[in-house]
Amino acid sequence: MHIVVCIKQVPNTTNVQIDATTGTLKREGVEAIINPFDEYAIEEAIRLKERFGGKTTVITMGPPQAEQALRDTLARGIDNAILVSDRAFAGADTWATSYALAQAIRTLGDYDLIICGKQATDGDTAQVGPGVAEMLNIPHVAYVKKIEEASNGSMKVERMMEDGYDLIETPLPALITVVKEINTPRLPSLRGLMNAKKAQIPHWNAETIKAEKLNIGLTGSPTQVLKIFSPPLRPGGEMLQGSLEQVAEQLVAKLKNAQLI
Amino acid sequence: MEYFLSEEQQMMVDLARKIAQEKIKPVREHYDETEEFPWPIVKELAAADLCGTYIPQEFGGFGGGIFSLVLVTEELCKVDGGIALALAATALGTFPIMIAGNDEQKRKYLPDIAAGRKLAAFGLTEPEAGSDATGLRTTAVKDGDFYVLNGTKCFITNAGDAETYTVFAKTNPGRGARGISCFVVEKGTPGFEFGKKEKKMGIRASSTRELIFNNCRIPKENLLGKEGHGLITAQATLDCSRPGVAAQALGIAAGALEEAVAYAKTRVQFGQTIASFQGIQHMLADMATEVEAARCLVYATARMMDAHPGKRTTKESAMAKLFASETAMKVTTNAVQIFGGYGYSREYPVEKMMRDAKITTLYEGTSQIQKNEIALALIKEAATKK
Repeated sequence: MHIVVCIKQVPNTTNVQIDATTGTLKREGVEAIINPFDEYAIEEAIRLKERFGGKTTVITMGPPQAEQALRDTLARGIDNAILVSDRAFAGADTWATSYALAQAIRTLGDYDLIICGKQATDGDTAQVGPGVAEMLNIPHVAYVKKIEEASNGSMKVERMMEDGYDLIETPLPALITVVKEINTPRLPSLRGLMNAKKAQIPHWNAETIKAEKLNIGLTGSPTQVLKIFSPPLRPGGEMLQGSLEQVAEQLVAKLKNAQLI
Repeated sequence: MEYFLSEEQQMMVDLARKIAQEKIKPVREHYDETEEFPWPIVKELAAADLCGTYIPQEFGGFGGGIFSLVLVTEELCKVDGGIALALAATALGTFPIMIAGNDEQKRKYLPDIAAGRKLAAFGLTEPEAGSDATGLRTTAVKDGDFYVLNGTKCFITNAGDAETYTVFAKTNPGRGARGISCFVVEKGTPGFEFGKKEKKMGIRASSTRELIFNNCRIPKENLLGKEGHGLITAQATLDCSRPGVAAQALGIAAGALEEAVAYAKTRVQFGQTIASFQGIQHMLADMATEVEAARCLVYATARMMDAHPGKRTTKESAMAKLFASETAMKVTTNAVQIFGGYGYSREYPVEKMMRDAKITTLYEGTSQIQKNEIALALIKEAATKK
């Protein structure tokens, strides 16, 4: 079984600052980490390999420094890592990113399962995973919380829903996106870290993955970002003072005034 | 301060810190309260390859020397001085095999310990033989291809949970210090049992029990080194392990300092943070200076030992252990002082750090025994110079 994991390097912060003039994320001085949801995808790939054998490959599209994110996955037990990196990919939206990743996976050749985290913590779109599946024309299941079986060209998974879960059987190859309930990611080992440090990570550019120029980077992105901004803080509420009756009276008067009742 | 760690050493530190923060910190109170043995953490340390950093590569370790043990122990003890002991006490139990064991014995025992599959323990102390190891009463009598062990060891760290025990017994009671030999005894050997678990002030996540030998027959192949050389092995072992205790003390002190600084920055009294008061600032400055001085001494000792394997380093080991453990006691006491009444509460981590720190001035030789060792070495050195 060949399991491919797509990951993204994101800024390590829960409070992303936006540059007011350029409308882009402020990344200076912010440590880059593996998208937290992708950690579960990596762990699930390693567990599947431990259960069923095979090999694991991690792919990321990003600048050369994204190589560190790939090394972190090798330290945990992923077999191969590939960095898809080219200036021509810059400015890609979720469509162009899905296209580039799909092209990279096609270049890999054989694969049985693709795993992605449910979404990235910086963009929060949750579109790239399903997008890759569409580009590759394979089935996908989002929000997987458990893999029950994977054998003979098909797998059974549980998809987390708001009111329970769906049990879904899908033929392979397929793509799944996973939620944090699926596992507890392991830490790297010392041996893993040492091997990861020495590993050669291939860099694939637009030419390597046979990407059409019109489909990648800013040119290939149908999304037009007009403006990014933090929503203004809601003004604080007003506390009414007095006894219960007085407060009720004031409230009704205010609602009437506002023509809400 | 910059200690010029190699890339490998820095990796060990970072990994140990990650485990301490992510896996140990959330459960440290639990293990202190319940006194359970922290098996899940031992498994994490094993999976991270941190159990055998000091064991030579040919026996499954990383060959990182005493310094690697010191670095990992310090980092783990910054968060919890008791849980890390599963690993540090295993090192203590393993050193006799590394020091006195033959190739076959090393091949038999070290790989399992390096991989974290088995823990080890060191059986020297007896009810009547603490600081004075020559007072041992446990005997080992040769009987054909076997030795028969009888006697009781007490205060043995990891006892009951470890698989591999290095045990000291008298093979020739008439010869005093030269009548002691060292053996490997495996858990499950008939005639080898464990006594009651001690209820301790600190390091409560660590198990401490008696070892009871009642006509326990062990194959003669389990003798480590030569008959009668046991005390030399024990002393060489303590030379190697005392920097580990020093690192435990250093870690506890450094952890308490971190807590104290963080608390002083947030606790407001008289309309300002207590960190703005010079009285508190001077306490923190002293604590930080003492911790750094202890670190310098412990690191330098460990590096010296790794650079000269086999050379006796009794004086330096004793100095590192003495200074770091006394520093731990001072710094943790002052951390509790800075926390005020909250520091005395079990809701905050510093009272536990103070309890955990105390043992480091007691075991593997009390502070007074360390001073004896240092003084004796000084006098010997002076004598040889003439």
